[in-house]
Amino acid sequence: MDLDRSRQYRRRFWILGLAFAAVFFASFLLGRYAVAPGTLFRVLSHAILAPVRRLLGLEAAVPTWTGTEQSVILNIRLPRVALAAVVGAALSAAGASYQGMFRNPMVSPDILGASNGAGFGAALGILLSFGYFGITLSAFLFGVGAVALAWLVSRVSRMNATLSMVLAGIVVGSLFSAGTSFVKLVADTNDQLPAITYWLMGSLASAKKRDLLFALIPVIVGTVPLLLLRWRINFLTLGEEEAKSLGINTTRLRLVIVACATLITAASVAVSGLIGWIGLVIPHFARMLFGHDYKRLLPASMLLGATFLVVVDNIARLAAASEIPLGILTSFVGAPVFVWLMVRGGADREH
Amino acid sequence: MSIEISALSFAYGETPVLRGIDFTVPDGESAAVLGPNGVGKSTLFRCLLGFLDPSEGSVRVNGKDMRSLDRRAAAREIAYIPQSCVPSFNYTLLEVVLMGLNNRMGLLESPKAEHKKAALEALDSLGIAHLAYRGSGKVSGGERQLALLARAMVQNARVLVMDEPTANLDCGNSARVMERVMNLTREGYTVIFSTHDPNQAFRYAHRVLAMQGGKVLSAGPPETALTARTLTQLYGVPMAVCPVTVEGRTFPVSVTLGGE
Repeated sequence: MDLDRSRQYRRRFWILGLAFAAVFFASFLLGRYAVAPGTLFRVLSHAILAPVRRLLGLEAAVPTWTGTEQSVILNIRLPRVALAAVVGAALSAAGASYQGMFRNPMVSPDILGASNGAGFGAALGILLSFGYFGITLSAFLFGVGAVALAWLVSRVSRMNATLSMVLAGIVVGSLFSAGTSFVKLVADTNDQLPAITYWLMGSLASAKKRDLLFALIPVIVGTVPLLLLRWRINFLTLGEEEAKSLGINTTRLRLVIVACATLITAASVAVSGLIGWIGLVIPHFARMLFGHDYKRLLPASMLLGATFLVVVDNIARLAAASEIPLGILTSFVGAPVFVWLMVRGGADREH
Repeated sequence: MSIEISALSFAYGETPVLRGIDFTVPDGESAAVLGPNGVGKSTLFRCLLGFLDPSEGSVRVNGKDMRSLDRRAAAREIAYIPQSCVPSFNYTLLEVVLMGLNNRMGLLESPKAEHKKAALEALDSLGIAHLAYRGSGKVSGGERQLALLARAMVQNARVLVMDEPTANLDCGNSARVMERVMNLTREGYTVIFSTHDPNQAFRYAHRVLAMQGGKVLSAGPPETALTARTLTQLYGVPMAVCPVTVEGRTFPVSVTLGGE
């Protein structure tokens, strides 16, 4: 039975990995400007090998593709598809980590106010007519700042650590969401208000290389410790005293998890706007398919989240004449799939 | 002595909870802590596990002062078995037991095949190896408690602290769990548990600590420490202790005689 189960998990992981690879590369071919698979392969390998050629001083082969094709693949589709994968993986990892930490499967990455803070930061940036970088940075800093504030409030509170953190997160989150409403109220209704509204709905429509680079560093910095410590996240689901008795420094572990999850949430929200649902539900899918052990759950959530957001973003850019905001689509696409999984039973039924 | 509590006092801010507790448990014995709710049993256990620092006095486990140990070192001396409750996440029993191996692993290490083998052996020794891949939400409260016992065994600590180990169990499961615990004491484990049932103390404890108002009301072997008078004083209702002989063995049983 043991062998069957671990083999089953391994097989599921392979299927998921292959599905991600297929979806990822297929996304380059989809769009108004048709790209042949052969051209995609040649352009991507040419771009990937460029640094190696430069290092060895080799001459590049004469391109057999047009400049437009190269530009569509490398400058338009690559940043967008890669960013969808990064944001999907990041929000799922953050959601799964927060769920373990708060011992509650109904928790999403915005529980401590990261999304509300980032939303306010972006709205403020748009109101003050910041440039692209200013808006993104402001969103990121306010996202991190909101969680830091919630953490500080919970530290001075005399209540139970987990409960006070949730309450502080709700209070800080609602404070920033009220702040966003206030910014909307005073914003110019001709251009600023629509810009804020669209930003908050979440989209990758304007994704460029700079967004990818902006998000990638904090996401990597936050994800690596989470992956390294992922088996230890299991202990936080047990409760304070039980975890301590097993030799865990809960205060330190919790601080690391919050810091990392917040970093990747704020970075994702800063480049993509508010995309709800993923951080809450993708870890659930992963639990159904891979069980609750974070050793499997965290990588599985990330792979699943990346695949899901790439698919949904393809729908967002291809389904209608104008782009559909992701915040809306994630629920439209995800809810029926989730209901199907709930009805089917998933992993828990087999136990 | 596995557990040495001497002149232990503890206060939450200005509110004293424990006042001058003296109690020892030798190697391979089990001890029951009795007393009404709020008497300080949990606080005593928290001091024992090193979660709280005593205001006065000291707590030594296997001769080591709990204040001087970090969490990982403490986990090698003393294990904690909480009350049985349905967990937030449906971990398999094997995954539950594997968590007991944390103090034997590196900081970034996660369970390997050898750890899995140790965990399965512990489950097997308690007779629940067949449930290893069952979710902890899908087994009985008694089986869940046995899994926690297996987790404490792989932790390699020889002193077990059990907070009302049979609180949510029916009497069959309760007896099964306590019999396993007694087997562990015969293997050299030292056990201290809290209970609301004097009969459990008579049946399964070598020593008893009866607490009232944060102080020791009586301590010693159950037959001498838990008299009708002590029990009446402890629970505030008239109680009697009568010897019962079953299959040639005589042991005391307590009964309540009704309140006012």
